[in-house]
Amino acid sequence: MQWLNAVIQGILLGGLYALLAAGLSLMFGVMRIVNLAHGVLAIVAAYIGFVFVNNLGVPWYLAIIIVIPIMAVVGYALQWGLFNRALTKGGLAPLLVAFGLAVVLTQLLQEIFTADNRRIDTGTLATDSIQVTDTIYLGLLPVMTFVVAVLVIAGLQLFLNHTPLGRAMRAASDDPDTVKLMGIDNRQVYALSTALALATVGLAGLFIGMKTQFSPTYGDLVLIFAFEAVIIGGLGSLWGTLAGGMVLGIAQAVGAQINPSYGLLIGNLVFLAILAFRPQGLFPKAVTT
Amino acid sequence: MTLLSITSIDVHYGDFQAIYSLDLHVDEGETLAVIGANGAGKSTLLKTIAGLLRPTSGDIVFDGLNISATPPYRRVPLGIALTPEGRKIFPSLTVEENLKVGAHVKRPGPWTLAAIYDAFPLVADRRHRLGVNLSGGEQQATAIARALMSNPRLLLLDEVSLGLAPVVVEQIYDTLPAITGQGTTVLIVEQDVNLAMKFADRVQCLLEGKSVLEGVPADLTRDQIATAYFGI
Amino acid sequence: MSIATGENAPTGVKVKRATRSSWAGLVVLVPILVFLAMAPYVLDRGLQQQLVTLFALIVMATMWNLLAGYGGMVSVGQQAYIGIGAYGLIYLAETLGINPFISVPIAIVIAGLISIPISFLAFRLVGGYFAIGTWVIAEVVKQITMQIDALGAGSGLSLTVLNELSPGRRIAYVYWLGLIAVVLAVGVTYFIMRSRLGLGFTAIRDDATAASSLGVRVTRSRRIVFVVSAVGCALAGAVIAMNTLRITPESIYSVNLAAFMIFMVIIGGLGTIEGPIVGAIVFFALQQWLSELGTWYLVIIGVLAIVITLFLPRGIWGLISGNGKIRLFPVGYRVVSPWTARRGLGEKEPEGA
Ligand SMILES: Nc1ncnc2c1ncn2[C@@H]1O[C@H](COP(=O)(O)OP(=O)(O)OP(=O)(O)O)[C@@H](O)[C@H]1O
Ligand SMILES: [Mg+2]
Repeated sequence: MQWLNAVIQGILLGGLYALLAAGLSLMFGVMRIVNLAHGVLAIVAAYIGFVFVNNLGVPWYLAIIIVIPIMAVVGYALQWGLFNRALTKGGLAPLLVAFGLAVVLTQLLQEIFTADNRRIDTGTLATDSIQVTDTIYLGLLPVMTFVVAVLVIAGLQLFLNHTPLGRAMRAASDDPDTVKLMGIDNRQVYALSTALALATVGLAGLFIGMKTQFSPTYGDLVLIFAFEAVIIGGLGSLWGTLAGGMVLGIAQAVGAQINPSYGLLIGNLVFLAILAFRPQGLFPKAVTT
Repeated sequence: MTLLSITSIDVHYGDFQAIYSLDLHVDEGETLAVIGANGAGKSTLLKTIAGLLRPTSGDIVFDGLNISATPPYRRVPLGIALTPEGRKIFPSLTVEENLKVGAHVKRPGPWTLAAIYDAFPLVADRRHRLGVNLSGGEQQATAIARALMSNPRLLLLDEVSLGLAPVVVEQIYDTLPAITGQGTTVLIVEQDVNLAMKFADRVQCLLEGKSVLEGVPADLTRDQIATAYFGI
Repeated sequence: MSIATGENAPTGVKVKRATRSSWAGLVVLVPILVFLAMAPYVLDRGLQQQLVTLFALIVMATMWNLLAGYGGMVSVGQQAYIGIGAYGLIYLAETLGINPFISVPIAIVIAGLISIPISFLAFRLVGGYFAIGTWVIAEVVKQITMQIDALGAGSGLSLTVLNELSPGRRIAYVYWLGLIAVVLAVGVTYFIMRSRLGLGFTAIRDDATAASSLGVRVTRSRRIVFVVSAVGCALAGAVIAMNTLRITPESIYSVNLAAFMIFMVIIGGLGTIEGPIVGAIVFFALQQWLSELGTWYLVIIGVLAIVITLFLPRGIWGLISGNGKIRLFPVGYRVVSPWTARRGLGEKEPEGA
């Protein structure tokens, strides 16, 4: 029963990882930028949420509504201020700028909030659970996170496939010069993509902040989990990423069940095993003909 | 009325000058063909009109507006559309999605999805196929259709016949009257002089970045054109 | 390889290696080296220990530059090898009782051997995903280390056997080891870049597809520098362990070490031999100068690195050397031909050059 429980917890965790990964994939898909600051940006959102909820007494659900647009604006500004510029430099510049940003933000969080562990206060939400059988309880927060994550991913997929802006993003990903001939400013499309990516990662960061203790360096783990979900699932498919997130979540939960200190290690080893034996990921984007 | 008027532009790639003090104009409703050998600067000219390149000196005036420094994505709303050399269809989008991206700037006009499918049966047939899986002719037809989706006043076509079988070239050129019939001004770049002479109201010949000949097809002799084309 | 070399160069192409300024460079470098070698007789111990820290930084920067500046591989995981070098040295010296100065070469060879299978994993990823992949691998190495009781599990290891030496000797020996490490790291990089491998790299950096069609074996070349870089980082780790005498998994495998390497190279100048050295010195100076500010120094250095990436892509050395006109270490070949003169037309500079 414990094992079944671990698997279920892992699946729920996978939703959160996929939500974290969605923004990483979006930025890579549209601009070929691997945003190494992705993880710390989730934690930035968690700290903003922390300030609103714990310091200003805003209820957590309102904090979500406030933080998401803030993160979107941050993303938009980062793209215009840093990444669009870095893209014109070409080569390693976008990656190096992203890395520099990650380090700078992490250190700033340390300075402002110290290295102490924090948690966004959600009252009883963090402990409430739904009883499924005598021995299996589902935490309300993990279930909520999972449902929201799946909805967001589905929404993102619909958005990319069926809206003018979504199409423009995919077109800009194919050929940034030619979209200009369609009357589209590719840099603006990039800025909106990053805004969207940060809105989703902000949401994910809030869930992290409500679920666990976090500190400024927690962003490192967040980036790694998001990345592992992407690679395990297979590049280029959001549903694959959801599956990848679940595989990672299950590996961690089962590992932690074996020995609490094994959770992260086993998750990483499963990732490395996939990289070694199935580098295209478990669910690579089908080649359409 | 003059729709596009270019006065003594120079265009450079880095230190290399591709166009020298070029003058060109296109009247509203007219079809102008620009001809010239490989490397004459034809594509460079179209890219400069579309805004992908900026002239280092000289002016481009479109409908009375100096657009020399306007970025390409702001020229589309003004009514300039380019079908680029090499077609540049978005490979991971379907034909229909390519067309919808072409309609991103919603200029009013006759060209809607339905009108396009009517005028280009080839495109209609392939509407759900991905760009990456199109044949050369299908790509070219899609590229022209995509440019039309913005309902341009000036359509720039770069070597639509390149690499296509003669039958397909004919099919593509057969759609030209449907386009000009809507009052659209067309500037085509074409290496095939016969095609250019047949479809254009006027031709202008480039040689090594300079304009060397300009006139109405009926007034030009083969010798004149050969001299201008090859520079001999 | 069909890249022009001296013998079969097409007419009009000249290949130059040593530049005039590089002979001048020798005149500058030799006295500096001699002076540095004498330092233990002149400088006090605290200063020597600080210089060892600088030496370790130079080695790290040089090794990261070898990967990224020449091989195009941005690694955020070189701390794995720093840790392996440090842990390897202490384990060999303390537990197996091998002379620490003999343990160093053994430890770094072990790190090199470990990096070979790792390269097969990491090379499945490219670009930014390679960067995160190397980071994950470094995390795994750390997590495995922390599971091994013989390596002190979560609390780390101390190097005590060096205390058999008098402090003065101990510090002087470690100092010389650090200096040798710098000479080796820079020397090996210089040697690699002047070899066929280095020439191939210049070609890969400019255009990987074209280079591979010219017969440059891209993956094999990359693997070689990956392993060399691992060995060099392990050497830096061993030097750090000898200098500090105590390591913990959290510090020696810290991703901050990756940040240091990256910032040093960006600030100094990517893709040159001199750049990382200059970057390490500047970084070290800023670290000392800004030390009262606590962790703000990393914020300032990080911002500096971002600004330099965006506005001064060749770094400080690029500025000093007038974009490569002055070279202390002439690496690669400067092909002087009408072709290169024309190629500049309207094209972007090769990245990171
Ligand atoms: N991106 C570029 N960088 C540098 N030079 C270029 C570039 N594109 C074109 N050129 C040069 O500019 C000149 C004009 O090229 P352009 O493509 O305009 O010729 P074209 O008339 O379209 O030729 P074609 O009929 O072969 O398409 C040529 O000498 C070409 O080598
Ligand atoms: Mg052309």
